[in-house]
Amino acid sequence: MSTFLLEVATPEKLVVRNDASEAQIPGTEGMLGIMPGHAPLISEIDSGELTYTMEGKRHTLAIAKGWVEISSSKVRVLVDSCEAPDEIDVKRAEESLKRANERLLSPKQDLDLARALNAAKRAQARLAVARNK
Amino acid sequence: MPSLIDLRRRIRSVKNTQQITKAMKMVAAAKLRRAQERVMAARPYSEIYSQMLADVAGAAATAGADVSHPLLAVREEKRILLILVTSDRGLAGAFNSNLTKAAQVFLAENNGADFQIEAIGRKGRDFFFRREMKLSGEHLGVVDKARFADAAAIARKITAMYENDEIDAVYLIYNEFKSVIAQKLMQVKLLPVAVAGSEEPKDYIYEQAPAQLLGTLLPKYVETGIYRAMLESAASEHAARMTAMDAASTNAADVIEGLTLHLNRVRQASITKEIIEIVSGAAALG
Repeated sequence: MSTFLLEVATPEKLVVRNDASEAQIPGTEGMLGIMPGHAPLISEIDSGELTYTMEGKRHTLAIAKGWVEISSSKVRVLVDSCEAPDEIDVKRAEESLKRANERLLSPKQDLDLARALNAAKRAQARLAVARNK
Repeated sequence: MPSLIDLRRRIRSVKNTQQITKAMKMVAAAKLRRAQERVMAARPYSEIYSQMLADVAGAAATAGADVSHPLLAVREEKRILLILVTSDRGLAGAFNSNLTKAAQVFLAENNGADFQIEAIGRKGRDFFFRREMKLSGEHLGVVDKARFADAAAIARKITAMYENDEIDAVYLIYNEFKSVIAQKLMQVKLLPVAVAGSEEPKDYIYEQAPAQLLGTLLPKYVETGIYRAMLESAASEHAARMTAMDAASTNAADVIEGLTLHLNRVRQASITKEIIEIVSGAAALG
């Protein structure tokens, strides 16, 4: 079975460097399904769930926003944070979701809308990944 | 001549100091290993990032798109922000004094400009605080933890200042980790960002327009720059402390050797003196 090299990196560490046979990445313009031999592409990605199949097993990661670069045999994902299901602190994610929602529902003057929205999305992604463990 | 008791006391005191310097050396060695691992771990991201930035910038340039971005705007450098990454603790040899010296040279070179200093690390903060310089911010206890979130928060503040036209340029001074015995002093210009677009951009499909991608990529440049400086600085600090404490332990050993020799001489002299007294006393009696 043909594969491609999937690399997922955060500023702090390289999380994944493995041969994968398929990956699904939440691009800002919609979900990107990637199979081996995908055309070269660069896109922004959103906070969400990144799933990939490695040796027949599916893996899920909760990621924050970033970028993806697809070249001939490599898929490189740069994200602000990335967590496997068992690394997620569910309680913290729930709290930050609540906090972000409060901020969005009762906006103050100096509200950074993009940041609050992103925080909410990130927390939602973490919770979704943790629940589907 | 110091008495025997005094000498013994001094030897004991130097031995205690030596024990401390030895312990500090061991601790620094352990921390250095961890700091080095973190430097290595952060490398893939920055490599992929620089390549992506070059590709996107190249594509944007060839597309002839309007690539004006607030972080690329070059202005006359009248108001300069200097980020100085020092350590929080001392006893690391010339580690911090090299940094503050370089910062002073930098200030002297750009004499006409209005300076603000962003101090990362207690030693740099204290240095400029004593000289009553204007500090735009201080960040203590962040270097050793080396969390990206801390670096990103500092970067957000600085990019905002730059975008609001409060400063014209941002420089970064820190120690880069070369090897255990060598740290290299680095002086880097963070803003305005100087992007070298790759000459032959690869033929990518761009989901977003290259100019827009560039806009989201650029703020990351400052974040990763500061983060990298923090990591390198932490590794350098532990390496410098390790070397300094190793030298201190060797020095202590030398001092102990000298004092012990002196002690033995004094002891022997006093014994000889006593024998002479006894012998001459006995002779006087006989």
